Amino acid sequence: MAETKSEYPLRDSEADQLRTHSGLPLGDITAEAIAAGALRGDDLRTHADTLRRQAAIARDSGYPQLAANLLRAAELTDVPNEELLKIYELLRPERASYGELVRLADYLEETYGARENAAFIKDAAEVYRERGLLRR
Amino acid sequence: MERSKRFDLLAQRDINKETYVEPWPEAGLIVADSPYDPSPSIKIEDGRVREIDGVARADFDALDIFIATRALDLRVAEEAMALPSKDYARMLADINVPRAEIARLIAGCTPAKLTDIIRHMNVLEMMMGLAKMRIRRTPANQAHVTNWREHPALLAADAAEAALRGFAEVETTVRVARFAPFNALAILVGTQTGRGGVLTQCSVEEALGLRLAMKGLTSYAETLSVYGTEKTFVDGDDTPWSKAFLASAYASRGVKIRFTSGTGSEALMGRAERKSMLYLEARCLLVVKGAGSQGVQNGSISCIALPEALPGGVRAVLAENLLASMLGLEVAAGNDALASHSSIRKTAKLMLQFIPGADFIFSGYSAIPKRDNLFGGGNFDAEDFDDYNVLQRDMQVDGGVRPITEAEALAIRRKGARAIQAVYREMNLPEITDEEIDAAALAHGSDDMPERDIVPDLEAADAFMAGDDDFLAVIRALQKTGFSDVADNILEMGRQRIAADYLQPSAIFDADFKVQSAINDANDYVGPGSGYRPGGERWREMQAIPQAKSPEGFVDPHIGEPLSRLVELGPAAPGTQREVVLALGPAFGGALATTIGGLDHDAVLEAILSGVASEGIVARIVRVYHSSDCAAIGYVGARLSGSGIGIGLQSRGTAVIHQKDLAPLNNLELFPQSPSLTLATYENIGRNAARYALGLATVPVAVEIDNGARLRLIVKTALLHRRETDEVCPEQPPMELRFDWEPE
Repeated sequence: MAETKSEYPLRDSEADQLRTHSGLPLGDITAEAIAAGALRGDDLRTHADTLRRQAAIARDSGYPQLAANLLRAAELTDVPNEELLKIYELLRPERASYGELVRLADYLEETYGARENAAFIKDAAEVYRERGLLRR
Repeated sequence: MERSKRFDLLAQRDINKETYVEPWPEAGLIVADSPYDPSPSIKIEDGRVREIDGVARADFDALDIFIATRALDLRVAEEAMALPSKDYARMLADINVPRAEIARLIAGCTPAKLTDIIRHMNVLEMMMGLAKMRIRRTPANQAHVTNWREHPALLAADAAEAALRGFAEVETTVRVARFAPFNALAILVGTQTGRGGVLTQCSVEEALGLRLAMKGLTSYAETLSVYGTEKTFVDGDDTPWSKAFLASAYASRGVKIRFTSGTGSEALMGRAERKSMLYLEARCLLVVKGAGSQGVQNGSISCIALPEALPGGVRAVLAENLLASMLGLEVAAGNDALASHSSIRKTAKLMLQFIPGADFIFSGYSAIPKRDNLFGGGNFDAEDFDDYNVLQRDMQVDGGVRPITEAEALAIRRKGARAIQAVYREMNLPEITDEEIDAAALAHGSDDMPERDIVPDLEAADAFMAGDDDFLAVIRALQKTGFSDVADNILEMGRQRIAADYLQPSAIFDADFKVQSAINDANDYVGPGSGYRPGGERWREMQAIPQAKSPEGFVDPHIGEPLSRLVELGPAAPGTQREVVLALGPAFGGALATTIGGLDHDAVLEAILSGVASEGIVARIVRVYHSSDCAAIGYVGARLSGSGIGIGLQSRGTAVIHQKDLAPLNNLELFPQSPSLTLATYENIGRNAARYALGLATVPVAVEIDNGARLRLIVKTALLHRRETDEVCPEQPPMELRFDWEPE
């Protein structure tokens, strides 16, 4: 789906196709639904496919690094809040051993199919080892 | 030592409250071109970078590795590095070279190469570069909204006003970290009251900031600080990888992020490694780009006083803005923290970003009093709102804000405060009283607010952070309490979060809640006739400061009933006795009734005639029709006068004592500063004219010199003169007048 040519902004061009992280169509996100208490926070989060479309737009517009970031972000949409905070903490200097980082990367890939993030964290593990940024 | 009174005065000036220091490269106290800055180089073998800027791969630090693998476009790197730096400098200043052509090659430039390009550029050329390289076509502005009381109603009121004033982003922060969710909530509700689509953030520690975003209380974050040396980075308890991961985490929740860098932080943290601030900033910017951030706030930010203490500091700040734009990053260009005590200096510095335009000209215009600013600012505050609006109007430069009236401000402040009151009430948070609402609506700052017990607020904030309530509860509370328009705006922010369009480079929402970014509003400046320029409705809005009056309003107060005591007799004849002839402008006592200083025309006549009479002679009065010029009027009087002495008097009050043998534009005494003239002055003018007529030694009339009068009154002067000129009849001779008055 990331390869589908999307017209920016998606809010206008693909309003009928956009879905929330929980799978609801954007059209279901109404004032009435909120007033009735029918929506949860998860219903107002973005879907991985939307971020992949945005990544394609960024790449095609000459922003490849932003596109890579948005692809990593797409993978993280399924990762719970508390896990995201833990991963960030482990990536800070001298928090994790090399093995812990590699295991974290494998876990993300196996659990969430987060290939890009896994490669990114393994890359960090190599550099941290080279530069003395692992836990002492 | 002898003391010069002038140097003594200069020492008291604001500019001499600043600190100035000579460069010291070894300590990193040098803004650009440290002798220890490396020369540009790159070596690529088998698609891998083997050397950057003279450093071999084996000696790379973490930043070099990050830049080599994630920031540089290796497909163009060798071509880019081979092009002389001066050629880049010339392309940047050349209106005929479009942005994209430069950006393609810049993607392959190393930090030393980027710094080397700047070496060839002066500030004017860099401003041209910024106007072209800025990624979003339309410039915008960000506001800071905080207060030392951390009062929710005041935060909401100030945020609502900032939104109405046109700021596209509003940032708050905390004095007490536990207040973070409530401060974020207050500016969310406040901004969406003022204008739907204003992006908001709360600047706090990274993990807490992410939690606020996850609750939907903020829509962007710019706390992701990066540094130009590995040691500083680690001192900041991060690495390029941890920051890049954080960026992805925010994006996964549909939150816009921009990184923070800026000259001086490495020197301030004692880790500059003898490099210039600008070279280290170039490294920062490549890390920012490599991490996939859509943008950066730079321009020295909170360290601004450090580059400003050094020679070339303000130039270097512009250079870092330009470098970020060249790299395709959205730039929030600084101008936030207090940079100078001197109004001249801070305004001059601002022009470097204001005139070319930036994605955000300020990364925080302090939309609050300086005393309430918890960011260490601001360089421009709420007190400067009118100045800033006038700068836009003066130069037809879009500074990203608009003038509003007092009534509009009061209404939106009250509504914002009432909306947060309703949210607190519905969500069972500590009561905000009607007294607090009234105070917040009228307040300038915290000092105008009643005391509030913060202990229950802090306890409620802790419970809110721990609980499940998020922005959906806020929307529901607003729906139930009659603020459905505010609720709808917050809901639309939620829908935009799902669409994620505002994660693209340099995204804001326009006045119609439509996303505007470097994707659909890409900067296309290639010189005159291209790019962004404020016109049409926007220019009309910028012009319409409430202080601007209609031209008629300047003249109307000076119109009154024609003087019944002043009667026209017939054509004036030359006199033969020792007299003074008082010659009046064509509108005097007729079309106009008072002088520019507000003196009634009949009172002025009485004063002059009294003065003449005090020397024992009489004055005749004539009206001149063929000219409205003061010298010409006075000259007519002198030539009609039996003594050869005449007084010319324009309706606005400007007077001259003339003598018939002088050249028409010469005079005996001239009184051009009509606003300063009093009835006593006019009496003295009459007396002196009489003394000249009698051939007596005469001391010229002393008048107060007020060099501000022209500044204050030039519009009125011009319009009153125009009104007098309307009465000119070129063919009509001077007419003799009778003024019904007897000397006392």
